[in-house]
Amino acid sequence: MNCITDILNSIDITPIWYLIPSLLMFCAGVYGFMTRKNMIAMLISIELMLNAVDINFVVFNRFFFPHSMEGMFFTLFAIAIAAAETALAIAIIINIYRAVKNVDVTSVNEMKF
Amino acid sequence: MDYSQFLAMKQEIGLLVLFLVVFIYDIFMPARAAKALPGVTAAGLLILTVAGFFPCLLGCPSDEAISVFGGMYVNSPIITAIKGILNIGVFIVLIQSIKWANSEGMAMRRGEFYDLLLVTLFGMYLMISARHFLLFVIGLESASLPLAAMVALDKSRYESREAAIKYMMTAIFSSAVFMMGLSFVYGLTGSLFFNDIYFTLALGEGVNALLILAMILVIGGIGFKLSLVPFHLWTADVYQGAPTSVTSYLSVISKGAAAFAFMVILAQAFGCIYEQVWEWMLYAIIILTITIGNLFAIRQRNMKRFLAFSSISQAGYIMLGIIADNVMGSAAMMYYIFVYIFSNLAAFGVAQAVENQSGKISIDDYRGMSKSNPALAFCMMLAMFSLAGIPPFAGFFSKFFIFTAAINQGSIEIYVLVLIALINTIISLFYYLLVVKSMYITPGEPVVARFKSAWSERLGLIITVGGIIALGICSCVYNWLLSTAAQSEFLSIFTRSI
Repeated sequence: MNCITDILNSIDITPIWYLIPSLLMFCAGVYGFMTRKNMIAMLISIELMLNAVDINFVVFNRFFFPHSMEGMFFTLFAIAIAAAETALAIAIIINIYRAVKNVDVTSVNEMKF
Repeated sequence: MDYSQFLAMKQEIGLLVLFLVVFIYDIFMPARAAKALPGVTAAGLLILTVAGFFPCLLGCPSDEAISVFGGMYVNSPIITAIKGILNIGVFIVLIQSIKWANSEGMAMRRGEFYDLLLVTLFGMYLMISARHFLLFVIGLESASLPLAAMVALDKSRYESREAAIKYMMTAIFSSAVFMMGLSFVYGLTGSLFFNDIYFTLALGEGVNALLILAMILVIGGIGFKLSLVPFHLWTADVYQGAPTSVTSYLSVISKGAAAFAFMVILAQAFGCIYEQVWEWMLYAIIILTITIGNLFAIRQRNMKRFLAFSSISQAGYIMLGIIADNVMGSAAMMYYIFVYIFSNLAAFGVAQAVENQSGKISIDDYRGMSKSNPALAFCMMLAMFSLAGIPPFAGFFSKFFIFTAAINQGSIEIYVLVLIALINTIISLFYYLLVVKSMYITPGEPVVARFKSAWSERLGLIITVGGIIALGICSCVYNWLLSTAAQSEFLSIFTRSI
């Protein structure tokens, strides 16, 4: 037990420890948005992207510019905006569901080119 | 906190008051007075527009830029001018929408349309005035989210729903991409104030890969809103599916506001890395936007899709004012937006009148309209001539000024860019004239029978056609914009004096 604590204490947590996962989250979100067929899954992918943005802002603020709170406040507003976006998108998806009885993007293809 | 700072945002407060009036009117007025709601909104906006041009009322009280809330919000003559231009456009959209808003199926949703429209306009005001990325993002979102609801307004019609989901998904995706870019900018510079970003970048060690990535994400994010070419795929579908009033609002007001805000961001926050980073990105985007917009417009048969691709290529011309990166560029861009508002709204006005009357929306259905509805055909012809840039109409002068401004930038690459834009003007002449040919030359019986359009549609067309002709003849408008642009605060940065 003691040696595990020693190892953990010896690891130096740098911003990279947060930025790489957040970048991976963002890329996973973009990938999911491009490949998913289900609209709800697409919405979840977009949420991943927005959360990656939030992590980025908080990490940059905490590690590089701790004297001001700009990044933190941006994150708070970004969370609120993301919630509003999701609510509206869900409303529109429900509307689509009433029309075509599923939430598959391949079934919303009347208008092309 | 000093609450008198709110007095600097007089136009926003005026708009908010108008919004509350419309909202309360919609809720509490008896059913027989409900049909007056569009008229009340239009009258209120007319008052707001006129008051905005007088410094003693809602206009900008001084020639200096007034900066409040720690520099987050700025009001200056050029900002008041672009808000006035947008107000005029919104007024025309409101006039043109009266017949549609008072039609049978709209009785329950009439108020929502006007409420949402005023909220999006409020968001665009914030976008234009913001000098801090937090305020800018809030403005951007409050401009684009209610627009998605407006696109979905015709919820009994299938196309409206499909357009709404397409618009919504791309809007959220693009704002996520945009904010990712912002987070990198924040990591590099430590601030979200435009001016602080500018000075940190100017004094920093130069351009690195992260900055280029951040700029790609930021330009991509706003490019979605402006429907510039690699990011334009939602445009035609949304324009086709949305109700025509919403389409005209989306194509003109939303695009004009986003273009101006784009210029403010690029000049004010990223002006010092013009040559190293974003000139080339914008260069490629402009060529792609103008060319692809034109080529795809040729093959469209649906009037609204046709106007969508035409507006994509027009956005490319507007971007020329940004890449020009000088005072004349910004004045020419504002003039271009002004003229584009009148020309495009004239085209949409005719399309809307025909659609309201007969439900016809294809270009082939305009055959023989010069015989059955000569006035409408004439308005459409003037709009097409102005969009294509035929003298003496306003569209020629707006293109002329924006090309001149771009050439004044001086480098040989910009000459090549203007040459490509000129060639594309000729291509665009072809498809704009296809509509005129269909109305005037193609033989055959008229498809749309003779009809008398509503007074509101006629009033809207009179204003827009008057604007097309008057703006082409009166030079005072351009002179006014140029003198306003010359004294504006963010263009002092163009001179690169650190």
